[in-house]
Amino acid sequence: MHVAPLQIDAVVKRFGDLTAVAGVSLAVRERACLGLLGPNGAGKSTLIRSIAGRVIPDAGSIRVFGEPAGSAAARAALGWVPQDLALYPLLTARENLDAFGRYQGLDGKALREGIRWCLEWAALADRADAIVKTLSGGMRRRLNMAAGLVHRPRIVLLDEPTVGVDPQSRNRIFEMVEDLRAGGTAVIYTTHYMEEAERLCDAIAIIDHGQVIAQGSKEELVEQSFGRRSDVLMHFAANQQNAADWVKARGGLLEGGVAHFTVAQPTEIAGLLDAAAQDGLEVIDVVLRRPNLESVFLQLTGRELRQ
Amino acid sequence: MILAIVRNGFRSLRRDRGALILSFILPIAFFSIFGVIFGGMGGGTPRVSVIVVDEDRSPVSERLVQALLKEPSLDARTHPAAKKGAPAPADYSAATAQAAVKRGDAPAALIIPQGFGAQPIAFGPAADRPTIQLLHDSSDPVAAQMVAGILQKTVMTAMPDVMAHIGMQYFEQASGELTAEQRKRIESTMSEIPNGGAPAGGSNSGGSLVALDIRDVVGEKRSMISFYAAGIGVMFLLFTASAAGGSLLDEAESGALDRVLSSHVGMTTLLAGKMTYSALLAFLQLTLMFLWAAAAFHLDLFGHVAGFVVMTAATASAVAGFGMLLASLSRTRAQAGAISTLLILTMSAIGGSMFPRYFMPAAMQKVGLITINAWAIDGYTKVFWRDEPVTHLAPQVAVLCGAALGLFLVARRFARRWEFS
Repeated sequence: MHVAPLQIDAVVKRFGDLTAVAGVSLAVRERACLGLLGPNGAGKSTLIRSIAGRVIPDAGSIRVFGEPAGSAAARAALGWVPQDLALYPLLTARENLDAFGRYQGLDGKALREGIRWCLEWAALADRADAIVKTLSGGMRRRLNMAAGLVHRPRIVLLDEPTVGVDPQSRNRIFEMVEDLRAGGTAVIYTTHYMEEAERLCDAIAIIDHGQVIAQGSKEELVEQSFGRRSDVLMHFAANQQNAADWVKARGGLLEGGVAHFTVAQPTEIAGLLDAAAQDGLEVIDVVLRRPNLESVFLQLTGRELRQ
Repeated sequence: MILAIVRNGFRSLRRDRGALILSFILPIAFFSIFGVIFGGMGGGTPRVSVIVVDEDRSPVSERLVQALLKEPSLDARTHPAAKKGAPAPADYSAATAQAAVKRGDAPAALIIPQGFGAQPIAFGPAADRPTIQLLHDSSDPVAAQMVAGILQKTVMTAMPDVMAHIGMQYFEQASGELTAEQRKRIESTMSEIPNGGAPAGGSNSGGSLVALDIRDVVGEKRSMISFYAAGIGVMFLLFTASAAGGSLLDEAESGALDRVLSSHVGMTTLLAGKMTYSALLAFLQLTLMFLWAAAAFHLDLFGHVAGFVVMTAATASAVAGFGMLLASLSRTRAQAGAISTLLILTMSAIGGSMFPRYFMPAAMQKVGLITINAWAIDGYTKVFWRDEPVTHLAPQVAVLCGAALGLFLVARRFARRWEFS
C-alpha cells in the first residue's frame, strides 16, 4: 500500500484574531509537484511552516508519508527550503552543507556523499570552499536549496526559491527542481510567478484568505473557471473617466488600466468595442487569448497574484 | 551535534575580525591600562575591619581595646561573629587572628602583647618597650595605614592620663625626683584628666607613641595584577558571551534558526551547543588574559594552574549562561547590545571589576554578591593572593556553576518563543 508523501486534512491555524489557515485540505502524490499559489498574506507560509513542523495547527492533521508533521520520521523524510537565505554567512558552501547535514543526523560516508551530491546538483562544486558571503545571489539561492536537501529527503518544500535571482539562475533552479522530480522526489512549490507554476507543477492549489479556493491541473483549473470561453484583455487610453464602472457593468474586471472579459465567441469583441466607442472610451489595444493561470487567479480572487 | 554547533561557532569567529578584536585584543588593552595605572593603587577611606587581640589583659590594654571597639572609623572585633543559636565564640588569639587575616575575614589584626600595660607608650625611641603587631593583608593596601594611624590617635585621645604619667616620668628623669608636695599636687591634677571614654576630636599626630610592627601576612612580594586580570577579564567575558548569545538572534532573523529547528536539533540541544561554544570561548579568553599577565606582569600563573582551571571553568560557564539568557530575553540584536552594555557595566562596577569591592561601603559589598564578577574575583583572589587550596573554592565554584545552570534553565524557558508558533 502506497502512503501519500503529504496528506493535509482540515488544517486550521489562528494567530490571535487572525485566521491564517482556515480549513485547508490537500494531498501530494508520489513524484508529483504541487504548486501553491496565493498573494502575500494568503496563508501559504503558515501552511508551509506547519508542514515543516514549525507551526502547530489549532485543528486538523498533517502527515508526511503517514507520519505526523514535526515527528522525527517526518523531519527525516522532509526537506525544507525557506524563502530567506537561511545559511551561515561566514562558513563556506561545503561547511554549511556539513553543518545542516549533521543537524539532520548524518555523518561519515552518508554525510560526505550528501554534500557531494548537493554540490553537483546545485552546480557549486567549483565554489565549494568559497565563503557564502562571497557567492553571487544566484549561487546563494542554489546553496540555500541544497542545504535543505543534504539528507536526501523524499518530499521537498520550496518556498519561493527564485525570489531575487536573475533569469539565468532561475533557469538553473528550474532544472534543479526537474532533476529532483526525475529522481522521484515529491515537491511542493510556492511562487508568485505563474509561469513557474505552469512549467514545473502538475497540480496547483490556489490559496486566498487561508483557504484553498481551487485545485487541480492547470487545464482543470482553466476549465473550471472559464469552460471553453476565452479571455479578452482591453487596454484603455490614459485618464478614461468612468472606465471602471463601464467594465463592471459588463461583467469584467479592471486591473492596472486593463479590462478583463471572458467571451464565449471571439465575435463578441466587436460588441464590446462598439459599446466602448458609444460611451466615449478610447480603446488602444485588444487581445484575445486562451485563459491561463493568471486569468484563473484573477477570476477567483478579483486581483492579480503579485498584489 | 553539539560538536557541529561548536565547530560552526569557531569557524564563524575566525572570519569575524570585529569579534576577534573584541574577544582578545580589547580586553588585554584595557587590562594593561588598568594594570599599569592602578597596579599599586590606594583608594577611599571606608570603615576598616580590624581584629583586636589582647594578650596583655591589663587595665591599660583593656582600655585600649575598648577605645578601639568604640572608634567610629574602625569595625573592630575581638572574636568571630556568633552564629545564630550557638554560644559566643572564644576571643581571637594571635594565631587565629593571623589565620583570619589570611582567609580574608578582615584586612588587618592588632596583637597587643604581654607587658604592654607596664609601658604602653614612649615619647621617642625606647628599645625595650612592648611592640603591638599589626598583621595585614596587602590586597587591601589602605587598611594597614588607616589602622596604624587610628591606633596612635586612639592612644592619645583615650588614655591621656597614661600619657601624663609617662610624661611625668620623663620629667623626673630630666630634672630630678619631685618633692612629696609637688607629686601630691600633680596627682591631684591628673585625677581630673579623663581616663577613657570615647575618643573625640584631637589630631592624629602620626607619631609613634605606640611601638608598632606592621607585617604583611598574605601578599608579600605580590601585586594587584591577579585582581585586575580577573576583574577586567570577567567584564569582557560578559560582553563576549552576550555577543555569542546574540548569534541566536542573528540566526532567528536570517531564518537559519527555523531551518535548524526543523532538523533533528531541538531547542535544548541548540542552546546547550551555543552555551558550550560560548563557555569555551570565555575559557580561552581568560587563559590568554592570564598568560599575558604572567608574561608582562609576572603573575604566578604556573604555580596556581589547578585553581586557575577550576575558577576559569566555573566563571566561563556562568558568563556563558548570562549570554544565553540575554539573547533569549531580547527581541533584536540591537536590543541585546544595549541591554548587555548597561547590565555588564553595572555588574562590573558593583561586582568589583572596576575597583576592589573592599573600597565600597559594607552594604554595597553585599549587593555586589549578586554579580558573577564578585564571585569570580573572590575565587581568583583565593587562588592567586591567598594561595588557598582548590577545595576552598567550593563556595565560589558552587555559586558560579549554580548560576550557569540557573541562567541556562531560565534562558531555555524564554527560548520557547522560538520553538513553535
